[in-house]
Amino acid sequence: MRKPGAVLTLIILTAIAAGIFVYPKGFGADWRPWRLGLDLVGGSHLIYQIDLKNVQGKDREAVVGGLRDVIERRVNLFGVGEPQVFVASQGEQSQLIVELAGVKEISEAIKQIGETPLLDFREVIQDATSTTFIPTSLTGRYVKGAELALNSTAQTPEVAISFNEEGATIFEELTGRNVGKPLAIFLDNALIEMPTVQQKISGGNAVITGKFTIREAQQLVERFNAGALPAPITLMNQQTISPNLGTDSLKKVIAAGIIGTLLVIAFMIFYYRLLGVFASLALIIYIALTLGVFKLGAFTLTLAGIAGFVLTIGMAVDANILIFERMKEELKRGLHRTAARTEGFRRAWPSIRDSNTSTIITAIILYFFTSSFVQGFALTLLIGVLVSMFSAITTTRFFLQVFLKDRKAN
Amino acid sequence: MLNVVGNKKIYFTFSALAVGAAVAAISLYGFREGIDFRGGTLWQFSIRDNTPSIASLEAKLRDTLSQDDVRVNLDSTGAFLARFPEVPEETHQQYLAALKGSYPSFEEMSFASIGPSVGAELRRKSVIAIILVLVGISFYIAYAFRKASYPVSSWKYGWVTLLTLFHDVAIPAGLLAFLGSRYGVEIDGNFVVALLVVMGFSVHDTIVVFDRIRENVVLRGRKERFETVVNESVNQTLARSVNTSLTLILVLLALYFAGPEALHYFILTLLVGVTTGIYSSIFIASPLLIFFKGKQG
Repeated sequence: MRKPGAVLTLIILTAIAAGIFVYPKGFGADWRPWRLGLDLVGGSHLIYQIDLKNVQGKDREAVVGGLRDVIERRVNLFGVGEPQVFVASQGEQSQLIVELAGVKEISEAIKQIGETPLLDFREVIQDATSTTFIPTSLTGRYVKGAELALNSTAQTPEVAISFNEEGATIFEELTGRNVGKPLAIFLDNALIEMPTVQQKISGGNAVITGKFTIREAQQLVERFNAGALPAPITLMNQQTISPNLGTDSLKKVIAAGIIGTLLVIAFMIFYYRLLGVFASLALIIYIALTLGVFKLGAFTLTLAGIAGFVLTIGMAVDANILIFERMKEELKRGLHRTAARTEGFRRAWPSIRDSNTSTIITAIILYFFTSSFVQGFALTLLIGVLVSMFSAITTTRFFLQVFLKDRKAN
Repeated sequence: MLNVVGNKKIYFTFSALAVGAAVAAISLYGFREGIDFRGGTLWQFSIRDNTPSIASLEAKLRDTLSQDDVRVNLDSTGAFLARFPEVPEETHQQYLAALKGSYPSFEEMSFASIGPSVGAELRRKSVIAIILVLVGISFYIAYAFRKASYPVSSWKYGWVTLLTLFHDVAIPAGLLAFLGSRYGVEIDGNFVVALLVVMGFSVHDTIVVFDRIRENVVLRGRKERFETVVNESVNQTLARSVNTSLTLILVLLALYFAGPEALHYFILTLLVGVTTGIYSSIFIASPLLIFFKGKQG
């Protein structure tokens, strides 16, 4: 770089911008708020085992998808900020993972989530002012399944439902009574579809047509299947953390991070004097930039994740130490300060690269082969190491290029 | 100048004793596995006013709520930790209501109930992760030392690095086994993570020293005795070996003393592992290199 001063100014300005950006109440708080894990804000992490033994192989995917959809709808009713519901499948086993942040009545939530989805058909009585739904005896229990079909003439997506023998009889009677009128389908007491009956349907096979997009039809199929097929879920793992404990953990880990940073800075300045000051400035820039990456990337920070980041604060100066020690040796050999600086950077680089590689390997393996809580740690460790390789080397180099000149007397 | 090579017998003896004690502790006591490995319930709560004794809490859970298999501890923040087998949510609510009724200042801090199948899964994943990290690191070491050939072949550098890694992991693991048998400290998924991270750091430290040995061997060629080159290299890299780990130890100490209770043993494992790592990178890794060379040419 021909103009180290300009580049250094740019790095510092970026770091200041990052610093303002990451401050909780600072600029960008609404646009991109900090995302904290359940162990820091309090909440529940629930893992449900989905029992698929009564579901045929080909239907499994649809049933699991439908179940996820049903649970998500229930969870949304609790009014939690960004509830997470996702499926983790592993071979024959499927699990449903539900994350609820800051739910007060967790036991109520758990109770409702665990209930089998309820699908039922209701008759509709419409008059000028109101619509009344009258429950019938036709429920999901009588539904054999549903699948996505394409209308042979119009090529539009439609949903084919089939009932079992008993269901077919009820359905025939029900449609016979309601020709020309709508029939409502409810899932968990919420209306999901209200097709109009065209004619009396016997034989137990019905088709719902309408202006569906493929996506909508697919969703309807999943909902039908979730209500129809017996795939009970059981809570196999619950982790609940109170908001108080979460806040307390957050405060403590931040305090520890600040104390740790100050200790590292004190040590660097005590041992390396002026060079240590530059390393400390580079460390502060590193902290601002890395936090900026976490916030910008919308990573969810867990307690272990923040701890991983605090560890990287202790590691970020490693590269500086390797470079400075090398510089000291070069100075001893009689090189001038600028020459020693160049040599120090050049010859310390292989060690820096090699020594960080093992941590990078560990972090990558941890990230891909573990579950959520550990992943947070692995991710912050990985990002931290990568950013630190940039900051410790590049930032410090520019600092030294700008501020460290050869003594005139030399 | 530190005569690391000359005094290697002392260091070897010391390390052999420490690793021997660690291995003995692990095989004798085993690890006390936490709920995320074996399943069960861990319930953390505080009762600030009229704090009952552990015995009376245990008696209450046992007699009133018929939870026979229960153990209650106090953690360092004064909160209670109750451990019992996995229970359904209704039972949790029943206990909660009962304790709230008896102790008005009862406050639930965390509740975790984990089925045994989750533990089996975590165990499987932990084993896979450990194996993969070992394989990954071995490949990396082989790559890092591909050029070193004289007078010690590159695969010997690799073996010594792995041996040092074993040394650095065995000692904190042994300590946790001991703490488990003595104070009921349990290992969890984080413990495995800590060991894996220690592995990474151990290799990191060893490589800094070996890098220098490699460089000096190339620089000085065959003029000097390998022992002298090694000893000098260790001394040249002494400051950086100690300092790079020291900065890490500083933040670990901050996390240990000021950080949250939940990470206590995770940080302790790292702290012991990193400290062992400094020691081994200076006093064990390089002398071992000479030991191997002496044996096999």
